[in-house]
Amino acid sequence: MKNTENEGWKNMRKVKMKLLEIREIAKDTIEMKLTDNYITEVAKPGQFISIALPNYTLPRPISIANIDRDKQELTLLFKIMGKGTNELAGFIPGAEIDCFGPNGNSFPLMSGEMTKVLLIGGGIGVPPLYYLGKQLKKQGIKVVSILGFQSSENVFYEKEFARLGETFIVTDDGSYGMKGFVTDAVTSVPSFNAYYACGPTGMLRALTTQLHNKTGYISLEERMGCTVGACAACVIPTTEGGYKKICHDGPVFAAEEVIL
Amino acid sequence: MIDLQVELPGLKLKNPLMPASGCFGFGREYSKFYDLSLLGAVMMKAATGEERSGNPTPRVAETSSGMLNAIGLQNPGVAKIIKEEVPFLANYDTAVIANVAGSTVEEYEEVATKFNQTSDVHALELNISCPNVKEGGIQFGTDPEMAKHVTEKVKQASNKPVYVKLSPNVSNIVAMAKAVEEAGADGLTMINTLTGMQLHLPSRRPLIANKTGGLSGPAIKPIAIRMIYEVRQATNIPIIGMGGIQTAEDVLEFLLAGANAVAVGTANFQNPLILPELISELPEVLRKYGFSSVKEAVGKAVIE
Repeated sequence: MKNTENEGWKNMRKVKMKLLEIREIAKDTIEMKLTDNYITEVAKPGQFISIALPNYTLPRPISIANIDRDKQELTLLFKIMGKGTNELAGFIPGAEIDCFGPNGNSFPLMSGEMTKVLLIGGGIGVPPLYYLGKQLKKQGIKVVSILGFQSSENVFYEKEFARLGETFIVTDDGSYGMKGFVTDAVTSVPSFNAYYACGPTGMLRALTTQLHNKTGYISLEERMGCTVGACAACVIPTTEGGYKKICHDGPVFAAEEVIL
Repeated sequence: MIDLQVELPGLKLKNPLMPASGCFGFGREYSKFYDLSLLGAVMMKAATGEERSGNPTPRVAETSSGMLNAIGLQNPGVAKIIKEEVPFLANYDTAVIANVAGSTVEEYEEVATKFNQTSDVHALELNISCPNVKEGGIQFGTDPEMAKHVTEKVKQASNKPVYVKLSPNVSNIVAMAKAVEEAGADGLTMINTLTGMQLHLPSRRPLIANKTGGLSGPAIKPIAIRMIYEVRQATNIPIIGMGGIQTAEDVLEFLLAGANAVAVGTANFQNPLILPELISELPEVLRKYGFSSVKEAVGKAVIE
């Protein structure tokens, strides 16, 4: 099965987004609410936007955590990883941020084929699953979420996911929720039609192996250059041979489509 | 009216701005943002004889005022490029420059011969300066005799004008430029990236999988200006200048140093609209500094 909604990037545009709210929701984890009248209109779950920070060379690709179309509001969650994200975390409400997007494909929703799905997120891979889960729930699909974090101080969006359905929190050190990895928690969900996962490559590798007989979609992360498919920096080998561009052909791939 | 037109061997450019090879794919992605007919030309991503899958990831890392890349010439091979990508670019009213790469002189000849068969390619850029592949590329670009030899062979293989892309990773850029001029090059494009390296402190490992990569972006602009200036004094063939251009003022600086036209690479990544923006801003910058055309500004640096 191939990712089915590969045409999202055809809608890319450069826009200015106005920052409405910014807060730290967990250790080094920032939630931003931005407004614009274009990206909030066209973006789909699984897509990301590119943020162009002044005086940096490369854009920062950040996945879309939520969109409120009526309010024209977009939510981004990101982790402070270096100088660029640290600077982004310092923006104050009212700031206008240069962005372009929406980039990449989106999670296939497969309405009508599914009654229950499993969302599996690890760390800063959790955010795109939230917007996806909201859309799935709206379609009447039962959503169960497993969210893995390093430690209690890293946990975020537990309440938000709990509103979508049953939610399990897992921490590496057991300081919150179940101790262990998301793969340990997967065994406690008896049946589901498909899974959607986003997180570190090691987690995705373990998951896709464990769930090899299930329909699954994974969203990948890689250091990117142009973020639009032109530079061939962020590639992933495919099972058919050759490479696909994560920013352009992904970031969402069918689990069996790529070699992690 | 400020005249932006530039005429170079094989190329009638409506303006002097084009995307640099490797930073723009084959134009498809940026064609979603704007009409490629606005561009003076498009420099296509490098083509090799056969498909190449490139280097392991990560392939890029940001640096102070720039970035390192080691893509490794990933491309679908010249035949597929001619079949699928060149016709796409032919839909636009812009000049098309094909970038010719290879591991051996024979491969360069093969790629050039194939591009010679399509009238939708207007000139060749001979890539003897890619720092990121194990064989070919850079060694042709750092030894004047080898550069001369491969240029002669490609000239024989093709009727199209040949622009040789020079590497800055040499101690004597003028010797390289003169060698390829003697070999019959119709023009030069310069500069390619500078080989660099960056370490990640927590892991003590290089930030890109290839260990080293090519440095591009504003960090290398002064080097490009210096090299273009030196080569302009010593050769007579036209130069398409590149290396860290971000503003219309930067474009003028390249022209003053001796470039006849310019290419923008890394700056496309941060701002996908950079090229149309620079094209619209350039006339005002030329006027501000007393020029009525692009041609008039070329080589007008005052250096006593």
